[in-house]
Amino acid sequence: MNKILFWNEEKIGISLIKIVVVLLILFICTMILLLVHMSLPAIKVFGLSFITNSEWNPVEEVFGAWPFIYGTLVTSFLALLLATPFGVFSALFISDICPLRFKGILSTLVDLIASIPSIVFGMWGLFFLAPFVRDHLAPLLREIPLSGPLFSGPCFGISILSASMILAIMILPTISSLTREIFNAVPTTYKEAALAIGATNFEKIKLSLLRPSLVGIIGALGLALARAIGETMAVVMLIGNTPQVVLSLLAPGATMASILANEYAEASSTLHLASLCYIAVILFAITMIVNFLARILIRVLSPKW
Amino acid sequence: MKIYSLLLLPLLSSLLLLSSTVATAEQIIINGAGATFPYPIYTKWFSEFGKLNSTIQFNYQPIGSGGGVKQLLKETVDFAASDTPIKEDEKKSAPWPILHIPTVVGSVVMVYNIPELENSKSKEKLQLDGTCLAAIYLGKISKWNDPLLQKQNPKLVLPNKDILVIRRSDGSGTTEIFTSYLSASDTTWNSSPGSGKSIAWPTGIGAKGNDGITTMVKQSPYSIGYVEYAYAVSNALATASLKSGDNNYTAPSIASMSSAASSIGNIDSKDLQSGDLKKLSLLSQKGGKGVAAYPMSSFTYILLPLPKTPNAKLIALKQFLKWAINDGQSMAAKLDYAPIPKELAQKISEQLK
Repeated sequence: MNKILFWNEEKIGISLIKIVVVLLILFICTMILLLVHMSLPAIKVFGLSFITNSEWNPVEEVFGAWPFIYGTLVTSFLALLLATPFGVFSALFISDICPLRFKGILSTLVDLIASIPSIVFGMWGLFFLAPFVRDHLAPLLREIPLSGPLFSGPCFGISILSASMILAIMILPTISSLTREIFNAVPTTYKEAALAIGATNFEKIKLSLLRPSLVGIIGALGLALARAIGETMAVVMLIGNTPQVVLSLLAPGATMASILANEYAEASSTLHLASLCYIAVILFAITMIVNFLARILIRVLSPKW
Repeated sequence: MKIYSLLLLPLLSSLLLLSSTVATAEQIIINGAGATFPYPIYTKWFSEFGKLNSTIQFNYQPIGSGGGVKQLLKETVDFAASDTPIKEDEKKSAPWPILHIPTVVGSVVMVYNIPELENSKSKEKLQLDGTCLAAIYLGKISKWNDPLLQKQNPKLVLPNKDILVIRRSDGSGTTEIFTSYLSASDTTWNSSPGSGKSIAWPTGIGAKGNDGITTMVKQSPYSIGYVEYAYAVSNALATASLKSGDNNYTAPSIASMSSAASSIGNIDSKDLQSGDLKKLSLLSQKGGKGVAAYPMSSFTYILLPLPKTPNAKLIALKQFLKWAINDGQSMAAKLDYAPIPKELAQKISEQLK
């Protein structure tokens, strides 16, 4: 009796897991298929030139995705650039330098950032970050010699820069907590070995923590970048929603996620709706490419022994 | 084995829950979806009407005019609400004729933030005409002390500052009313960018929703934006007086909105079915009863499908609409909408028999 029960449980359990995984794969596949199907009218009309065309005019029914692709790439890479030092250093501090009794509080605080809803970040950005950028940061940045067109033009606070800064704060906990886990996974013997051969505290961090964790950190950055690419609400509130390709980080822009959030609900013409779905397909593709590239980078950088 | 029964538990309980919601008979539940703009007054109406007719219940989702029309055509809701009449091709794809019932009058107002004017003692308001407003939103007028602007505001001292143009980033009926006004008053605007729920803006910064524009205008000095009247009132924002045609500059108010609605021509059942904007538009109304018309006013509509064989829901809906356009109108002003003219209400009531 017991034996049969065990056999049943074994069989049911394993097949349950299999079924769930198959459902998951089916779910993702149907999602992609449905998106492509819905964007077919736009694919037929614009073809691949949709990606490079920079006009977006719902009245004339001319649609191109380039300003949104550009905005997404600029904001998310800038956010990654800003968040990486904060994320990695805070992880280093918490895992290695911080006194033991503050460790718990500090890591909880950083992780807490992840649980703040996007809209709260947007509100905070609108009320504090944007005026701060307008009144203090922008005049300061303009003083940087050789910055050229990067910080040119009028600044109203609502800009690509503000959106990137809010994104940086939002992806910081992802980087920080993943990196912390990676540091914790480094065997203590490495540190002991470094100290035993007379390394200073900083040399120890460099040799026995950062060096072996490099691959893991890049993986963490890849995940953070994917989050930045897909983030919507806070970006909508801070980027100014102007589909244009400009070098100045103080000018307003738009991202793929922001145009979807803005226009999907009220898009009435078939072509408009299809074009928005086409953007969703491209967004999907870009996220996959970023993940893929991160994987390749990890494979190349992985120590071979 | 315990683990399987645990898995079954939520399934069973959700089944139970489903059956319990189905079980309530006798009640008529009417589902609607659409415009966010009239949502406050509709909610008020639903609850007041519910007190009078306890068997009729409403469920309204404010998902936007476009979404409401889409749901109506897919027959997932019993009625839709829209700030604009439905389009020709949408009308054709509908399996039944659709009646446009104007429910209340709303308006879009220009809000601005000029610290110098806020601090000055005179309570003079900014005055704008359609061409001037179009020039600002085209980026042709970029300073507040532009001669064109100054000429229209002889009593004001306008500052030598850049104008921060703020507009909606999301598709919206509010944008459609605003851009239709600009198209009607300026030929350049009419040819490009034109009018619609979302357009290709030549300049400015996009904010999401009426609340987004309100926040942005409040905290950005030297900005201008457009919002629904109720948002300007509840946030105590300065609003501009607008001029249209030969009319005088008119400040937005319940009276000037009503005035725009009172001077529309004769509306018959055909107009209500076609949703003919030439007849229903309030944009270039002269106004009546000695009060000038505020030009950026508009009806908001409930779209009522008229299937060949009326069912209980349709009868209930008609009963509600008849009540709303007559008795319900007294609740409009408190929520910053203007009531529809009495003559129009009478005509629509006849249609709803």
